[in-house]
Amino acid sequence: MSSLPLVSHVAPDSIIAWRADGAVTLRQFLAEVRQLATRFPAGNHLLNMCSDRYRFSVGLAAAIVAGKISLLPSTHTPEVVRQIKIFAPDVFCLTDSDHCAVDLPQLKYPVMDGGQLGQFEIPQIDVKQSIAVVFTSGSTGMPQPHLKTWGALVGSVQAEALRLGLLHNTPCTLIGTVPPQHMYGFESTVLMAWLSGNALSHAQPFYPADICQALAAVPTPRVLVSSPVHLRALLDAGLALPEITLVVSATAPLSAQLAQDIEARCNAPLMEIYGSTETGQIATRRPTHSAEWQLLPGIKLAVEADCVHACGGHVETPIAMSDIIESISEERFLLHGRMADLVNIAGKRHSLASLDHQLNSLPGVVDGAFFMPDETSPDHVTRLAACVVAPGLAASTLLAALRERVDPVFLPRPLVFVDELPRNSTGKLPRAALQALLQAHSARKSA
Amino acid sequence: MQDTQKPSVSSTADLQREVAELIIEGLNLEVTADQIDPDAPLYGEGLGLDSIDILEAALVISKRYGLQLRTDSADNQHIFSSLRSLSDYIASQRTL
Repeated sequence: MSSLPLVSHVAPDSIIAWRADGAVTLRQFLAEVRQLATRFPAGNHLLNMCSDRYRFSVGLAAAIVAGKISLLPSTHTPEVVRQIKIFAPDVFCLTDSDHCAVDLPQLKYPVMDGGQLGQFEIPQIDVKQSIAVVFTSGSTGMPQPHLKTWGALVGSVQAEALRLGLLHNTPCTLIGTVPPQHMYGFESTVLMAWLSGNALSHAQPFYPADICQALAAVPTPRVLVSSPVHLRALLDAGLALPEITLVVSATAPLSAQLAQDIEARCNAPLMEIYGSTETGQIATRRPTHSAEWQLLPGIKLAVEADCVHACGGHVETPIAMSDIIESISEERFLLHGRMADLVNIAGKRHSLASLDHQLNSLPGVVDGAFFMPDETSPDHVTRLAACVVAPGLAASTLLAALRERVDPVFLPRPLVFVDELPRNSTGKLPRAALQALLQAHSARKSA
Repeated sequence: MQDTQKPSVSSTADLQREVAELIIEGLNLEVTADQIDPDAPLYGEGLGLDSIDILEAALVISKRYGLQLRTDSADNQHIFSSLRSLSDYIASQRTL
């Protein structure tokens, strides 16, 4: 059996996290992991809902040492929780909130006994152990599971750490604006801190002022792990920024202009990461230097039946990428947008076919279709629209039913009620016809 | 003498209307200010805003009223719970 350590830190007093009350040493972290693991119920799957990044990391580590699998759905709507329960009937929910409304057996994150440090031993984890299951939307409305093993996760995150220059002797603190439950935040804030000898900040800053405060609360050097939505808001707010060593962005490519502005304002390099839920991260670029992406070591791209597959390295089986990729060389490529069926709104991806399926399965809906308008600006969030035939159904009722099923970022804006959809003789719905219908609607609105 | 501590009823209503119009314009929503119930939730059901909208709205509000919204201020969830609570918060924190 081949195994790898849970963390790459070695000394018991190395700092692995910063909480509101100060630094957490590796010894203290491991003691809390053991304490939490003894409280876990029998089930082999958990939904780790902790919003505090440090508590999430303790929950994840406790699950790993207890041999349990963390489930990471992209959203927690009632419908997704029902589907999670079908996937893993023994699932329980770990939460640090007093108002967790998730319909699962709940384990409240406990108050830890700081005095019980116990023996210091870094857990060794079998590289084949299943650590997490992430889900993509699938095209039928049922989420598709993707299993992540410890070996694959370690390989992916260590390749990223090397590329980002995070494997040096001065430990950094990672401050994330992305949730640890999202594949990007999971890899680039939590696992990254563990596997590159760095520390994570417990904070989950949201507003620009929160980000500044979370940065200022930890020592330098600091790495800000964020997304285009948060970085644009941070820039627009015009606040004085604490010193930052590196900015990391993912979920959607930044425009060259915004990338330049971020580097100028933060006085730090900006690195972007590209990947998918299925593959994890596979490439990086520094957009102020080149628009080309550079694959992580070991990863290859192969074209098969008009579709680009990623394989090699930590990608254990070839996976079809849902973006339009132009290979430049063995290890470099350009991105040219998404495949027609896939939408990406603020880092949340969903298949349009699956959204249509959800819409059409609502009681009272006769016919309906989502529409993704052309993006007006690369750094602004473009929303979906939808046309629906649903006589007698109120918009508020329809939206409430849809809200039960899909993440709120996918709710249509506008939602237009029509007598029929402009389907052609074969029953297909041409994009241009749908676009014309929506344009007529907005023209009526502004008239 | 005017009471500077508590805004009058009409100025509260005026501010609510102004804030509603800022949000509608900033987020390009398909409602009018009159259609927003001051006590209905802005998040989720109600006006239907999500966290991306809140971030956008916070930027517009920060600029217009010269204040910074923070998650860790005691009333974090409370501030955006309704148009009334948001307007009250703005009235107490505004510098512009």
